[in-house]
Amino acid sequence: MASRNPARPLSPHLGIWKWGPHMLVSILHRVTGSGMATVGACLLVWWLAALAGGAESYATFRDTFTVEAGGLNILGYIVAIGLTLSLFQHMMTGIRHLVLDTGAGYELKTNKMYAMLTMVASVTLTVLFWLYLGIK
Amino acid sequence: MRSSLGRVRGLGSAKEGAHHWWQHRLTAGSNFLLMTWLLISILRQPAYDYTTMRLWMESAWVAIPMILLVLSVFWHFRMGLQTVIEDYQHDESRVVFMILLNFFVVGLGAIAIVSILKITFGAAA
Repeated sequence: MASRNPARPLSPHLGIWKWGPHMLVSILHRVTGSGMATVGACLLVWWLAALAGGAESYATFRDTFTVEAGGLNILGYIVAIGLTLSLFQHMMTGIRHLVLDTGAGYELKTNKMYAMLTMVASVTLTVLFWLYLGIK
Repeated sequence: MRSSLGRVRGLGSAKEGAHHWWQHRLTAGSNFLLMTWLLISILRQPAYDYTTMRLWMESAWVAIPMILLVLSVFWHFRMGLQTVIEDYQHDESRVVFMILLNFFVVGLGAIAIVSILKITFGAAA
């Protein structure tokens, strides 16, 4: 805190490590979590408050992200796909964390495979989610 | 027999903190269940207009999990953002950020819960 000596050496940071999937998903977990906690939380509460406020306030919320015909506009696509991809990525890396918490999955190959799987799963789930919404 | 968590409780330089770790895992589990419920519910909606959404959330069987979701998710991300703040803010700014975080979480959470209650209590029996 306040008494911290700035001359003390810092731990080696991002620059000196060779990038691997395990590092990427660790950072993705933090980035997606922080993004959902700020942008996602505000949008969720705006949606709830708009719905509670009545038809007019709900229309304001809806029109921000959709075109007249009913489909998503550019902002809508960015927000909707960004948030669902973030949610699925955070969910999958979260499950990975729970597995790692049991002490399993630290062997290099297994660890790398689990890390890759979280990204494959999050992209797949996002695609399936929007395909289902688009088709039905 | 003691669990790994039981053995490390009270150890370490801070003498506490295991509850933060445990609550983060616990809310991760409840978030998973409640978010899965929300995603499936959204997919199953016939439409996304005001009347459909309003009728849907008027049901106590929707309002209750929705309130639980807000509590679980907000408590989870309060702890997550606290960790992020503690990792990157080392001087007095850490205190300011923590106060802002608490105001943000409690304020936003209050709006969310009152909104859900207003919808479900406003329902015609």
